[in-house]
Amino acid sequence: MKGALVRYLPLLILALAWEAVARLGLVSALALPPLSQVVGAWLDLARDGALLGNALASLYRASAGLALAIVIGAALGIAMARFRPIDALMGPLVELFYPMPKSALIPVTVLWLGFGDGSKILLIFLGCMLPVTLGAFNGARGADAVLVWSARSMGAGRLRVLADVVLPSALPELLNGIRTALALAFILLVSSELIVAQQGLGYLIGYLGASGAYAGMFAVVLTVALLGFAADRAYGALMRRALQWRE
Amino acid sequence: MITRLVPIVLLALAWEAFARAGAVTPFMLPRLSDVALRIYADAATGDLAINTGLTLYRALTGFLIAAVAGIALGLAMERNAFARWFFDPLISVGFPMPKIAFLPIVILWLGFFDVTKIAMVVLDAIFPVVTATLAGLAGVERELIWSARNMGASPRALMWQVMLPAALPQIMTGLQVALPLALIVAVVAEMQMGGYGLGGAMMTASRFADSRGVFAGIVEIGMVGLALVKAMAWLRFRLLAWHSETQQQ
Repeated sequence: MKGALVRYLPLLILALAWEAVARLGLVSALALPPLSQVVGAWLDLARDGALLGNALASLYRASAGLALAIVIGAALGIAMARFRPIDALMGPLVELFYPMPKSALIPVTVLWLGFGDGSKILLIFLGCMLPVTLGAFNGARGADAVLVWSARSMGAGRLRVLADVVLPSALPELLNGIRTALALAFILLVSSELIVAQQGLGYLIGYLGASGAYAGMFAVVLTVALLGFAADRAYGALMRRALQWRE
Repeated sequence: MITRLVPIVLLALAWEAFARAGAVTPFMLPRLSDVALRIYADAATGDLAINTGLTLYRALTGFLIAAVAGIALGLAMERNAFARWFFDPLISVGFPMPKIAFLPIVILWLGFFDVTKIAMVVLDAIFPVVTATLAGLAGVERELIWSARNMGASPRALMWQVMLPAALPQIMTGLQVALPLALIVAVVAEMQMGGYGLGGAMMTASRFADSRGVFAGIVEIGMVGLALVKAMAWLRFRLLAWHSETQQQ
């Protein structure tokens, strides 16, 4: 407990400095509302339901897009690692599209699916798929050939080998790829909601900012940032549990 | 090499054929040949050069600031206990946060200028550099440090001639993560704020329902991204020519 306090003391100092700078009028309250006002605005937003409603909309988009990216991306990566023709066909395309700045897809997904949920889910799916594919590919390619042969000689079918040998040995790299995808999902979600949306936390930030409710805007920005942080930490803990058998 | 190009050519042909077949409207998916003509027209009027140049200027300036500041901060945290105590929680809390959410705040503070876009790029790109520098410095073999000390290396020489070169592979990896991130953020900031630049041009095209312009933007931004990633891989190869990682290839 005391260790954690010493460790996170710098964050507390920054919070106090923020409050002090704003209270003493060193910077305009418009540019930096005091932290206490931001907390008050957060409570107001939470009470009138704006926060929860928009957060649920955002969460739905992020999780739907990410789930699609994980399922399809992992299947593609493992297929590329195990079957040569698929690798020959998809490998160059993955290499071509991987470095593409995913945010360039925002206007196109809007063109295709409009301003609602569909365009965000498609964007997050497209943007997050390749890191998952690459993780699954590298992991599955590293699967020990001896293990695969043993399973085959003991009479396991191709699918059985995939599920019981290749997938578990690909897991560490696959989970790392998903972690990258998780961070990307948040970036793409917030970017697309800031630019074109009628709902969601990113939209709420833009809306509050445009109407001059800066304390509220700071409150939602901090909420999004903390959500991203919490998601990453929770995923890290989950990942460690999933990989416990390797120790 | 040629066989690697086949799938890309196939995809291009499939795009052209699919768009020509009329299964979707040209608004949803313009022909690749039309998009190519549009890119050619943009190049001829000089718009392409201006927009690409501006986007690259914002992304690369931010990236360079993040690289220098990130490595310096990593070094400071490695050498100074106070710096480590102060910045460690900020880095570990800040790294997984979607920093792009701070864009409206940075706009509020710095206005609708290049400095806002560059500040956003720095804010996003600095985290992978700092963490990679720290991990690289922490992973330097103790024997290397002891030998250098034993031979009388000053702390300064130890840092520049032993620690930094030994940590360079990890630092390069951090930079290779930060560079595409810099481009993503520059494009988003341009989209949000409008004006010139590849992202701004795409948003303008989108507002006027000019779908050729939108697809031309995707191809242009994709090319810039690919070129930057390739350039970075080449730089890594050059800078680490002495390292066993390169010599094994």
